[in-house]
Amino acid sequence: MSDLMKVSSNPHIRSKVTTANIMLAVVIALLPAAGFGIYNFGIDALILIIVTVASTVLTELIYEKAMHKKVTIGDFSAVVTGLLLALNLPSSAPWWIGVIGGIFAILVVKMLFGGLGQNFMNPALGARCFLLISYTSIMCNFECDAYSGATPLASLKAGESVNILDMVIGKTSGTIGETSMIAIVIGACFLILLGVIDLKIPGSYIVTFTVFVILFGGHGFDPAFISAHLAGGGLMLGAFFMATDYVTRPVTRAGQYLYGVVLGLLTGIFRIYGPSAEGVSYAIILGNLLVPLIEKVTMPIAFGKRGKRA
Amino acid sequence: MKQNSISERLINGILKENPTFVLMLGMCPTLAVTTSAINGLGMGLTTMVVLALSNLFISLLRNVIPDKVRIPAFIVVIASFVTVAELLLKAYIPFLYAALGLYIPLIVVNCIILGRAEAYASKNGPLLSLFDGIGMGLGFTCALTIIGAVRELLGAGEVFGMGIMPESYVPCSIFVLAPGAFFVLAALTAIQNKVKIAGEKKGKDMSKIQSGCNSDCMNCADAGCSRRIVNVEQNKSDDLEIIEIGDDEDLLEEQENSTEKEEEGND
Repeated sequence: MSDLMKVSSNPHIRSKVTTANIMLAVVIALLPAAGFGIYNFGIDALILIIVTVASTVLTELIYEKAMHKKVTIGDFSAVVTGLLLALNLPSSAPWWIGVIGGIFAILVVKMLFGGLGQNFMNPALGARCFLLISYTSIMCNFECDAYSGATPLASLKAGESVNILDMVIGKTSGTIGETSMIAIVIGACFLILLGVIDLKIPGSYIVTFTVFVILFGGHGFDPAFISAHLAGGGLMLGAFFMATDYVTRPVTRAGQYLYGVVLGLLTGIFRIYGPSAEGVSYAIILGNLLVPLIEKVTMPIAFGKRGKRA
Repeated sequence: MKQNSISERLINGILKENPTFVLMLGMCPTLAVTTSAINGLGMGLTTMVVLALSNLFISLLRNVIPDKVRIPAFIVVIASFVTVAELLLKAYIPFLYAALGLYIPLIVVNCIILGRAEAYASKNGPLLSLFDGIGMGLGFTCALTIIGAVRELLGAGEVFGMGIMPESYVPCSIFVLAPGAFFVLAALTAIQNKVKIAGEKKGKDMSKIQSGCNSDCMNCADAGCSRRIVNVEQNKSDDLEIIEIGDDEDLLEEQENSTEKEEEGND
């Protein structure tokens, strides 16, 4: 038999889904929020987004070249990190904030731990918290040409009334990408339809948070207060785009529900009892740190193990 | 250099067995008080005085102290000197006393001091022990001052209170907070390791730096280091096989060629 059959090990049927495809879908899903941010905050926002994305991609490229590693910027994960980070910055931030944030996100949070798939913390959020601690006054300065004054959540915390409709559309002050609930939800629907994310984490996150606000918010079941909390701040962006990050979420089904519940509780505690108005980024980062524990607790029992965990 | 000479002890403490960057001892004050260069310097010098004097007196008392109660005895000696240092600081350098605060009494349980007492002073003569303490203390002081200077430079734009950075520099305040201590310590240790590895490639024997080994396992604070050294040597030989021996590369290429041929045949 001269025609040798090519023997290979399984899997024999491969799906066309690749990291690059998924990341590209996330980038496309973020475009409505980014577009609305640019419309809302003007050219400053566009420049900041471009600088931040360039910073993350270049950091990854230079690091991998310098360390003689395989260059992985083609998988768009650095673009996603840069875009998410930029959407979490206020439009008034100077350009070098984006550069420093991008370098920190890729170099310290992602690459030093081994690159994509090894980072224990969402790089964009890690960098956002780094910037928030380092440059508090810049990161909390939401004054720009279009708006002055406090973010809706800060007003809400101070006991003032807010315009819910403006918050849903996004015509409020805030970071570039977080203001428009509609734009974020459009992007999220796109991802859900493609099957890139599902509702397990965002659903349990938002439901837990809502229940927490009803129970401990101090306003009881007040639809206006609850919807203001849901539409305000980075909750939607965090729940759909950052809590669902493949690398830093639990892999088990029960673990994902539990993760959403933990995030909801932490966000509620930070927003209602914490000193600052917003707590989504810290909640997700703390949730990221709990992921190994959550996975350990919720690991499914292998068939035949009779109730003993493997 | 002669083992156990005075100069060898000094250099050993500052470079070869630097307590912070090599032995990773005394991390609590290292991370906590190095918010500025002057705090690092003050903490380092205070520790050095206590370390040198306690080493001297423990060495003098080493034949009197019974073996079973040596640790409590060491701590009594160390605590006495810490109290002296604390009162002197309070009287003469009050701003430093205020800045260091709780960490001055905590020098009593600094593992560098107890470690040197246990590993060196209780087994060697007074003069050598004194200089061992001074060397270790200088190493600790250098490390703390460098960490403090880097943190102050990035976090406040100053070094020793003098403005270094241009006016437009916006201080990155995370570096004077707790996380910054970890970032700076990790970066400086990485640089130290880089230098060490570069030295290894030039053929210098640097393996002893890693373990803080003076080939005197009996008097060594770092028990169980042999396992680590063996691993280091194994890694080295692995690297050699892949990188440095040309014949092996040829072999690999031949193997690759042959597998390619097989695949072609398969197609």
